[in-house]
Amino acid sequence: MPALEVKNINKSFGQTSVLKDISFSMEQGEVISIIGSSGSGKTTLLRCLNFLETPDVGQIFVEDQCIFNSEDKKSLKDSQIRKNRLHFGLVFQSFNLFPQYTAKQNVMLACELLAKERPDYKANKKQILAEIEQNARNLLKRVGLSERMDNYPHQLSGGQQQRVAIARALALKPDILCFDEPTSALDPELTGEVLKVIKALADEKTTMVIVTHEMDFAREVSDRVLFMDDGLILEQGTPKEVFDNPREERTKQFLKKLTD
Amino acid sequence: MGDFERKVERFIEIFINQNGYVKVLEGLKNTLLIAILGLVIGILIGTIIATVRVVPKYKVLPRILNGFCSFYVGLFRGTPMVVQLLVCYYVMLPLMGVHMTGVQVAILVFGLNSGAYISEIMRSGIMSVDSGQMEAGRAVGLSFGTTMVKIVIPQAVKNILPTLGNEFITLIKETSVVSFVGAADLYVAFSYIGSNSYEFMVPYLVMALIYIVLVMIISLGIKIMERSLRKSDRRN
Repeated sequence: MPALEVKNINKSFGQTSVLKDISFSMEQGEVISIIGSSGSGKTTLLRCLNFLETPDVGQIFVEDQCIFNSEDKKSLKDSQIRKNRLHFGLVFQSFNLFPQYTAKQNVMLACELLAKERPDYKANKKQILAEIEQNARNLLKRVGLSERMDNYPHQLSGGQQQRVAIARALALKPDILCFDEPTSALDPELTGEVLKVIKALADEKTTMVIVTHEMDFAREVSDRVLFMDDGLILEQGTPKEVFDNPREERTKQFLKKLTD
Repeated sequence: MGDFERKVERFIEIFINQNGYVKVLEGLKNTLLIAILGLVIGILIGTIIATVRVVPKYKVLPRILNGFCSFYVGLFRGTPMVVQLLVCYYVMLPLMGVHMTGVQVAILVFGLNSGAYISEIMRSGIMSVDSGQMEAGRAVGLSFGTTMVKIVIPQAVKNILPTLGNEFITLIKETSVVSFVGAADLYVAFSYIGSNSYEFMVPYLVMALIYIVLVMIISLGIKIMERSLRKSDRRN
């Protein structure tokens, strides 16, 4: 049973077709890297998975359960989308931490607010909140920020902020964790610490989709690499296949440009 | 100068001996009541309107609400406050058969009026918050409303605090027209002292002074608030 299956996703902005019939699927615990030049539709694909954009056509399945179908109006309802979104976690290029909350509060916020919708919230309030806080502490420890829990985002370096953002995305225990160029806003020194965290997640068999420009990292961490060009998945395979023996001319060009 | 001293003596006599201070305190209370409650109502209305106006408009309901909000803002920004007071007091209330005191009407109209202005202030504040904040909120499963209330609006308010302070100061000063509907504010109090002493120079001078002091206190309060809100900000 695939953890995620994307079928025939199409998306246009006005006249520009950004995603053209994208289909792929991934297994539980698999790590997929999406590479390709800017404007190839990588980020849009990721945003479609997280429902920040609504695909014009297509279907998305998580563990064989349909969570999006452009034909079925019910799956497009706001409340339904909100629920389905929780299958995915998203880490942004620009972190997007909430500046008015501390690192720990950033991680806890969504859990706390969503817990209020639980029927047993009033009865077990104390216990639920304690669990949420413990969970946040554990996550921040996991990304190596035990010491910075009560710092505000502006008191943290870019790399630390991004690690808080990863902890925040993990807090809701998503089935699939998505990264949108997680290190593009960081200098090389800080990039390392974020990649280390992602690598550790991969070792723990977290299902992840990573849009990245870090080719060495993609090669090291991913089970499969998708190369996107002009809204299409032009080529996919193991890192070895795609990086060492690309079949498509366009892939060769792209990889050659990076090494020049 | 002897003339001026006599006027001051006359003012002090009425202020203290003929219960002038009671009127002034009453006026001060009403002025503050109208301005503060007006501001609170205004912030509530303004925030709701601003939120409606930034909701994506793919669907019918947001479009209708948006049209209504535009109309509301146009109406209250397009007429003077005095006219709104008069229309509310002498037209709307009798038509609806409701009785309200002058102060209550003033609070209502000040709230409705400042709501129109604050909605635009709030809208610019909301738009000044990076769109990534809304996306981050939605990505962790929060609804549009919750993300607005918990994440976007607090940041917006921080950005617009100086402008909101401006609005509050404007409201304080505009209360001087509420005597049109029979509410006893500072102006009414000092006019009372003036007409009892047949002498208006000192009362109106003192009135001006009180307004200035009020505004200075408010400015100071806003500054302190701003500073405490800057705690989580790099611009401190």
